[in-house]
Amino acid sequence: MIPSSFTYKRASSAEEACDLAAEYGEDAKYLAGGHSLLPLMKLRLAAPEVIIDLGGLRDLSYVTDQGSHIAIGALTRHHDVEHSDLLARELPLLAHAAGQVGDPQIRHRGTIGGSVAHADPASDLPAVLLALDATLVARSAGGTREIPIGEFFQSLFETVLEPGELLTEIRVPKPAAAGWSFQKFTQRAIDWAIVGVAVQGNQVALVNMGGTPLRAAAVEAALAGGASPADAAARAAEGTSAASDIRATREYREHLARVLVSRALTESASRA
Amino acid sequence: MKVDLTVNGKEITADVEDRMLLVHFLRDVADLTATNIGCDTTSCGACTVLLDGESVKSCTVLAAQASGREVTTVEGLAGDGTMHPVQQAFHEQHGLQCGFCTPGMVMAIVSLLKENPHPTEEQVRTGLEGNLCRCTGYHNIVRAALAASEVSS
Repeated sequence: MIPSSFTYKRASSAEEACDLAAEYGEDAKYLAGGHSLLPLMKLRLAAPEVIIDLGGLRDLSYVTDQGSHIAIGALTRHHDVEHSDLLARELPLLAHAAGQVGDPQIRHRGTIGGSVAHADPASDLPAVLLALDATLVARSAGGTREIPIGEFFQSLFETVLEPGELLTEIRVPKPAAAGWSFQKFTQRAIDWAIVGVAVQGNQVALVNMGGTPLRAAAVEAALAGGASPADAAARAAEGTSAASDIRATREYREHLARVLVSRALTESASRA
Repeated sequence: MKVDLTVNGKEITADVEDRMLLVHFLRDVADLTATNIGCDTTSCGACTVLLDGESVKSCTVLAAQASGREVTTVEGLAGDGTMHPVQQAFHEQHGLQCGFCTPGMVMAIVSLLKENPHPTEEQVRTGLEGNLCRCTGYHNIVRAALAASEVSS
C-alpha cells in the first residue's frame, strides 16, 4: 500500500516547522514517528498534501527534572520514555506504560507527543498522561501556550490544537501519591487495548471507553468519599460511552472497565 | 526528491517519489530483496530492518525519513562468508520453516540482543511481539535467540 502523493518537507527546528505549517495551512500535517499517520495515509484515510517531518528536531527529545514536574520533549520516543532512569524513579506509571505500547519496533519510532496529538482513545499514553494531570505545551507561529490535558481532547482524533500548532513539551507534575498501576486488555500481543486503565494514587483514567481518554470520575468520587476499592471499581463504567466494534461490545467493555479498575486499584495500593 | 541512504555500509543516492516507503526503496532501488513485505500494516514484522542500529518496520518509514541515516538489512549481517551469530543460531536451532518471516525475525533479534545481550526466555518472547511467524515456529525461533545470546557472551 502506498500513500497518495504528497510533498515532503523536513524541518530542522521547531521554528522552521511552524513556519512551514503556516505557509501550507490545512494542507499540511506534521509527521513525528509516523506510526499513527503513515498507516492512515497508506489506507488513504488521510491524504495531506504536505508532510512536515519533525524527525530532525533532536532537541525536542529529552526528559528533565524541573523540580515540581518532569518535562518531556514531545519527540521523545516510547523506547526512550520506557528506558529513562529519571522516569522509572519519578513517574514509573509512564515509563511502564510506554513499554506496553505496540512492540519494540514501534517503540523505536513512535513518540509521546505524536501519540497525544493523534488523540486515538485506544492509545495508552493519552490516558496515562490524563491520570497524571499533565500539561501540554504547544507552539505556533503566533507564540506558545500551555494546555491542561483535561481540556486537550475534544473527540475521536480531535484536539484543541489549531492547524499548524506544534506540541513541543509535556509537563507532568510529580505525583503526590506513590501507588500506580497500568492495566491493558488485548486479544493479541500488539493489539490496541480493548480497554485500559491507568491509576496514580486516587486518579484513574480509562483507555478506549469513549471518543476520548476519560477520567473515571465516579470511581474517583467514590474513593474520595471513603469507598473501598471494590465498591469504587463497580462504578468504573459510569459516565463512559464505549463503542461496540469488531473486538468487543459496549457491555463487554463496561464489564472489563470494572474488572480492570478493580485490579488496578489493588495493584496500586500494593505499591503505595 | 533526492535521498541519500547508507545501506549495509554502502551509500545509495537516488531520486525517488516523496511518498516512497523505505521497504520499497530497499527492494526496488537498492535491489535488496531479502526484506519481505508481509502485512504492510506495521503488524507482522517481516519488513524489519535496522535504522541507525535499531529495529524498525520498513513498511512504516518513508525513504525520505531514512535519508542521511544508516540502514542494515539481513544481507548486511554476514561478513566474509561467515554467518552472523544470530543467523548461525537460526541454522543450528532450526529457527525457520518456510523462511518468510526469517529476515525480519533475525533483524529484530539482532536489535533485541544489542539492547539486552542476555535476555530471559520471557524477554525474548515479549521482545518478538512485533514479529509473526506464519508457520507458528516460535519455539525454535526463541531457542535460536537464546543460543545467539550465549554465543555473544
